[in-house]
Amino acid sequence: MSSIISVANLSKTYGSGFKALRSVNLDIKRGEIFALLGPNGAGKTTLISIICGIANPSEGRVLVGGEDIQTSYRKARSLIGLVPQELHTDAFESVWATVSFSRGLFGKPKNPDHIEKVLKDLSLWDKKDNKIITLSGGMKRRVMIAKALSHEPQILFLDEPTAGVDVELRKGMWEVVRTLQQSGVTIILTTHYIEEAEEMADRIGVINKGEIVLVEDKATLMQKLGKKRLTLHLQGKIASLPESLHHYELELCDGGATLVYDYDTKGERTGITSLLGDLRTAGIRFNDLDTTQSSLEDIFVDLVRTS
Amino acid sequence: MNHRAIRAIYLFEMARTWRTLLQSIVSPVVSTSLYFVVFGAAIGSRISQVEGVSYGTFIVPGLIMLSVLTQSIANASFGIYFPKFTGTIYEILSAPISYFEIVLGYVGAAATKSIILGLIILATAGLFVPLHIHHPVWMLAFLVLTAVTFSLFGFIIGIWADGFEKLQMIPMLVVTPLTFLGGSFYSIDMLPPTWRTVALLNPVVYLISGFRWSFYEIADVSVAVSIGMTIAFLVICLVVIWWIFRTGYRLKN
Repeated sequence: MSSIISVANLSKTYGSGFKALRSVNLDIKRGEIFALLGPNGAGKTTLISIICGIANPSEGRVLVGGEDIQTSYRKARSLIGLVPQELHTDAFESVWATVSFSRGLFGKPKNPDHIEKVLKDLSLWDKKDNKIITLSGGMKRRVMIAKALSHEPQILFLDEPTAGVDVELRKGMWEVVRTLQQSGVTIILTTHYIEEAEEMADRIGVINKGEIVLVEDKATLMQKLGKKRLTLHLQGKIASLPESLHHYELELCDGGATLVYDYDTKGERTGITSLLGDLRTAGIRFNDLDTTQSSLEDIFVDLVRTS
Repeated sequence: MNHRAIRAIYLFEMARTWRTLLQSIVSPVVSTSLYFVVFGAAIGSRISQVEGVSYGTFIVPGLIMLSVLTQSIANASFGIYFPKFTGTIYEILSAPISYFEIVLGYVGAAATKSIILGLIILATAGLFVPLHIHHPVWMLAFLVLTAVTFSLFGFIIGIWADGFEKLQMIPMLVVTPLTFLGGSFYSIDMLPPTWRTVALLNPVVYLISGFRWSFYEIADVSVAVSIGMTIAFLVICLVVIWWIFRTGYRLKN
């Protein structure tokens, strides 16, 4: 798949001296859903703001659809729809007027049929004549998505699209995003909800302290994450492991009270059966055991901690 | 040229005028009418003619200018400040639209409103005093030039302001006093020589003088100087706006 967005050596230093982005390199493939994860202040919004033209880069280059965002900003920006994190809306405008305004702003001729379709897809059609101030938070969020889709963009940025949105509505939005992807739109979303990235994304990028620390296919990442951990709570503490158990790479924890064994669920053999047999042979008894699966959240926390 | 974007901004801003009709049009007309009642009828009846024109008639151009100046600034500054305040400016900044087109949309709408307002006040004045405009084309030219120039000035204030207080500060503390002291209600020839010299430092004097000339062929300063000063202010505003967009001052990080 070809890149629809190409970010090269992008840096951003604010007037205060704060370095929000440090030589970021990133390629977004056409038609994918890319989830950008990162803690607060990691640089997610700054990165999006620069790509969309809201902030100026200090260094580096961004191409959108092959067009430079600075020298060919008209072509580059016309490909992008942006749904920012905050709910910025014109309180006293009607839904229809504000969405139509966005289409005009992006230089597209009037197309009431398209606006109608967008509003219907987002379950806003019956609210089209309502003033935005009268809508609920979830509806305002959808109005912002409708504005971003009004000019038929090829790329949609969703900056924390489901922040503060209830579970049902969140799942509804996921549906909308999937439908958009099927229609060929490339989607870049930032999120705090790991579950969201896990559910939606084709690829996942992790940004921390202004640097991209990981970009990986979700499937590959999940495979890496597909490790499970078996914890055995021993009947009595042991000082060391017998020679016969060394090849299991066990970890003795809690001062010898627990044994930890990591295994791959995707592998042909997990090694659990033989481990339990060898433990019995070695005379090591346990009174409880539990297994846990590492999630995207675990690796995310690990990456952020170590980067 | 993204003419659809200019049209979208222009119509969006004009829609705000119709939505806030009372505040945008009716209120300035009412206050101007009060000026006519107080200055024209009550006080003016005790003042003899000014340079061959009755006092009530004499103050008409000044009163129109007073409203056009303050409303141009108010409309344009609020027009660009409000999206900054609500955050909807993100959409303008991320749209495929040049800075020139943004200015054209906002300033065009603000100036249009002021011109409409100026013409309404002119019509209202016609109900109170007899009016004869010697140079209607020049009158319109001055009206348009002033509305555009001060809408540009208002646009700058709207970008500079980071709170509602600042938004009001320049119009309240600078523009209104300058307008009152700029010969709206008197000819600066009526001032003592020293104050007359001081008054000539006030740019509004030139606007009102030129505008009044287009009505009655009487002016405090020559018409060419009036036009020159207005255009000079227009150019200064354009240069400041060019700098704002080039640097992203208070718009982009």
